[in-house]
Amino acid sequence: MASTALRPCGDFRTTYKTDQYLFQTKMIGWTAAAALLVLILAPVLASSYVVNLLILVGISGISALGLNVLVGMTGQISLGHAAFYGFGAFSSAYLANNYGVPVLIAIPVAGVMTAIVGMIFGLPAARIKGLYLAIATLASQFILVDFFARATWFTNGYGVDASKPEFFGIPLDTDEKYFYVVLAWAVISMIAVANLKRSRDGRALVAVRDHYLSAEIMGINLTKYRILAFGISSFFAGVAGALYAHYIEFVSVETFSISLSINFLAMIIIGGLGSVPGAFLGAMFIELLPQLVQLISGFLITIAPTVFGLIENGKAYIEQITVGTVIILFLIFEPEGIAHRVGQTRKSIKLYPFSY
Amino acid sequence: MLLQVDNISLSFGGIKALQNVSFSVDEAELFSIIGPNGAGKTSMLNCISGRYTPDEGSIKFAGEELLGRKTSERPEIGIGRTFQNLALFDHMTVLDNIMVGRHHLLKNNFLTGMAYWFGAQKEELEHRRHVEDIIDFLEIQHIRNAQAGTLSYGLRKRVELARAIALGPKLVLLDEPMAGMNMEEKEDMARFVVDLNQELGMTVIMIEHDMGVVMDISDRVMVLDFGAKVCDGLPDEVMANDHVQKAYLGAEFDDDIEADTQKEVA
Ligand SMILES: Nc1ncnc2c1ncn2[C@@H]1O[C@H](COP(=O)(O)OP(=O)(O)OP(=O)(O)O)[C@@H](O)[C@H]1O
Ligand SMILES: [Mg+2]
Repeated sequence: MASTALRPCGDFRTTYKTDQYLFQTKMIGWTAAAALLVLILAPVLASSYVVNLLILVGISGISALGLNVLVGMTGQISLGHAAFYGFGAFSSAYLANNYGVPVLIAIPVAGVMTAIVGMIFGLPAARIKGLYLAIATLASQFILVDFFARATWFTNGYGVDASKPEFFGIPLDTDEKYFYVVLAWAVISMIAVANLKRSRDGRALVAVRDHYLSAEIMGINLTKYRILAFGISSFFAGVAGALYAHYIEFVSVETFSISLSINFLAMIIIGGLGSVPGAFLGAMFIELLPQLVQLISGFLITIAPTVFGLIENGKAYIEQITVGTVIILFLIFEPEGIAHRVGQTRKSIKLYPFSY
Repeated sequence: MLLQVDNISLSFGGIKALQNVSFSVDEAELFSIIGPNGAGKTSMLNCISGRYTPDEGSIKFAGEELLGRKTSERPEIGIGRTFQNLALFDHMTVLDNIMVGRHHLLKNNFLTGMAYWFGAQKEELEHRRHVEDIIDFLEIQHIRNAQAGTLSYGLRKRVELARAIALGPKLVLLDEPMAGMNMEEKEDMARFVVDLNQELGMTVIMIEHDMGVVMDISDRVMVLDFGAKVCDGLPDEVMANDHVQKAYLGAEFDDDIEADTQKEVA
């Protein structure tokens, strides 16, 4: 039962076209439309604190979505995603600072540059897979970060300034305005990957993951698709990195460490491997969890300073430990991620009180 | 002649999986390969489909040498296959599994695919129509949206056949399409293989242990034993062969279910 999309009875597909819709049911389509409307109104309705969080979730979500194409869809684990994210950030800043490229154009160009770099670092995937490939991507993480630290022409060796974009002369210099840049990219990215999943090359990527030997016999060039997955994944990492750079207006070499790479992996594991909304749900979870931990520990300290006062010093560690614990709990109890849980809950509500 | 196999030899370390095997298959023929476990039947198909590269010999398809061509070019050349041990994309739906068979015929790529509504959709739907015909042909409409990995063994074999048909091959290689099936499923499958051959006009090379089915539906049969060819010919001729009589009366050939549990990777 859980294997087929649960549709209300009477909702028959009369053409193949309707059967291939982006959203499985009308209900999901409407939910997505409502969510989009709320997001469009968010800068007007929500506090600047919330808008700031939404921007960060959107940026991380785009990056996680890229990683999901590589890890979730194609089955190639990467430990170097943050380095590509960083490459996009520096590239966009470099183009804007040195060649006067308008920021809104520099962002996708940086994405393409990162895609090329990603494919070069993805070349080992032609020969190796699994754990060995994971180690090769770890190498790309260290090589790129080392490059950032040494290439002073590119990064000053420590970091560079990045300016806020302009849209036909209107400076997008506040969070409320910049939010729409991120929202547009998030929506485009989600649609692009969802479309990819229902067309030829998306199926080829999943086929390579599920059974590469038979994929090859079905006419899929394994090397091409393994490297293509790195390209697509790095494109989104690059765009997300660029969005991040122009948001905080300073790109620091230190940001793009391996722990950020692991955070991106955590997002897709928690959100749901291979799932498009899952990447954003996971990003939300990982971005909000530290906030929540701070809120709770802050609250505990105020209500009972004598008991919980000691937490104050260890706040940062508590945050790390919580994230780690949550990942482990997800791997044990919900290995298919939040997106899967949401789907199951939807089904059980529909079927209530009959569970089959 | 569609397929011409000449003096193929293949060894794994000390094991000689195939020794100087030669045979040919005509256009529109239903050709079966039989032989005891480990005889080299699957290895032969693997050489044709590009999984293995033989040490010696040549394989010509429609007059062109196959050896040296990439494995992933087989569908373009016109060769499709199924596997002895299931090789579906388990986490995809049945529909998507079969659509993968259309890969070499589809032209949309990752960019046009992402911009779905500008071209890719039309193409996808055209091929979807074709795939639905295959689904109807194999009577698997009811599981179209099921995840392949969740299906029963018999159904998965059928989906594999659908995926191979979707390639639109001239020659289709079937590795034990009826293994592990009950009588009813076997009969259905035999019917599909015959239809595939006669109605869709595909040339078929089939490996099968069920002698009844093989003798019933094959145009010609080849016997392998210990990697070498014993004989080939019309079903009756093959049955009359002394060596076959001995080998088959000795070996328990009805035990295919038991044999299936010890199959190695295709
Ligand atoms: N990849 C491989 N590595 C090592 N040995 C192999 C490999 N593939 C096949 N062999 C060996 O080659 C011989 C022939 O195997 P093959 O799978 O072709 O037999 P088969 O006729 O298909 O048997 P079955 O009826 O059991 O499927 C066997 O001895 C097998 O162990
Ligand atoms: Mg075999």
